[in-house]
Amino acid sequence: MTKTDDIELRLLLEAIYQRYHYDFRGYSVASLKRRLNQARQKFGFENLSKMQESILHDPETFPRMLSYLTVQVSDMFRDPAYFRSIRDNVVPYLRTYPSLKVWVAGCSTGEELYSLAILFREEGLESRTLFYCTDINAEALHKAEAGVYDIVRVAQFTENHQRSGGKTSLSEYYTAAYGAAVFDKTLRKNAVFSDHSLVTDSVFAEVQLVSCRNVLIYFDRQLQDQAIGLFRDSLVRRGFLGLGSKESLRFSKYVSDFTEFDKQNRIYQRREVL
Amino acid sequence: MIGASAGGVEALLALLPALPKEFPAPVAIVVHVPPDRHSLLTEIFDWKCEVGVKEAEDKEMMQAGCVYFAPPDYHLLVERNGHLSLSLDEPVMYSRPSIDVLFESAADAFGPAVLGIILTGANSDGAKGLQAICAAGGMAWVQDPKTAHSSAMPTAAISACPEARTLDLAGILENLARQVA
Repeated sequence: MTKTDDIELRLLLEAIYQRYHYDFRGYSVASLKRRLNQARQKFGFENLSKMQESILHDPETFPRMLSYLTVQVSDMFRDPAYFRSIRDNVVPYLRTYPSLKVWVAGCSTGEELYSLAILFREEGLESRTLFYCTDINAEALHKAEAGVYDIVRVAQFTENHQRSGGKTSLSEYYTAAYGAAVFDKTLRKNAVFSDHSLVTDSVFAEVQLVSCRNVLIYFDRQLQDQAIGLFRDSLVRRGFLGLGSKESLRFSKYVSDFTEFDKQNRIYQRREVL
Repeated sequence: MIGASAGGVEALLALLPALPKEFPAPVAIVVHVPPDRHSLLTEIFDWKCEVGVKEAEDKEMMQAGCVYFAPPDYHLLVERNGHLSLSLDEPVMYSRPSIDVLFESAADAFGPAVLGIILTGANSDGAKGLQAICAAGGMAWVQDPKTAHSSAMPTAAISACPEARTLDLAGILENLARQVA
């Protein structure tokens, strides 16, 4: 017999999909359930059915709920070894292209974009690079576009940047004001911010590098495959795919379309011929 | 499902090497470890144990006779289809990985088939999770606080989940052997 809260969960996700076209139906259930229950308690709904009713009938409920459905945790230069490997191992390949496109998929509040933009500036690639930054959460995208972060986080950002092999001082890229670090807007002059879903949208550009870190862990295997297929089809031959430090292509049906370029840092390279 | 914190490695050294190679269930373990370092847990245990020992990978299918450690700075959860999942959701009571997160997901996914064990530790993570396992009809064991390196975590677990059995490490092994047989 299916448990009541499982039925409620399925119906709620179906309601969200049909009403708002956000598709969470292929997300990993365990953590999604946990986050939804947090939202339920926070907003004072007795059960997920009551929450569903409000999501369908009160236009203010869903936008507030969305931040619970998507996880937004990131630091600049999170996992410094990843960025060091991009710098030392991937950049030499990228240099050979006259123009570059980079897709930061699931960019959340932008920490990853600014990390890459700083790295590309340090490596002299900035002027030939276009960054596509996509996410399903419009509020997160606005924050990404603003590039303003709590000043208390900057010490960690700075340490990460140094450990990633940073060639400059992070302080060159932001000004501190009213407890916030405001990042240099020229870092995003070549960035396009756009609403894009790895679940329901398709390929929109051909890119040399996809960086999509700690997004796939929220998907079940089938949805992971769909996203990885999207990355494969977006990458040029021998283009690069960077994942989170605990993500891999090991269980993907597309595993043979990529080589393990840097196994330790989860950087993959699309094969020449698929 | 096992949760441990301060003194946990020592307690696990008394338990895991005693598990037989054909141990008939998967074992998922959260030990509180520092977030920014490579965890040595798998290296420590792998060569001492007959059962397989590895760091949990996202969407990996759990296998009987294998021990899975939560990686540093990620929550570990179990899915109903037997997959392990990782998440970067907020730390719970300053902990990521959190024992509560693992235990609550296991209780939800596997109900009465779950055995949750809380070992030594200096905070109260795991108490709510153990309660969830009990409420879902699973079994709950707690290391006797008098025999634990740090008594706070087992004490909190017992007060949140009074129906849990209190056992010393030898008692846990004996009862595990009985469950398996």
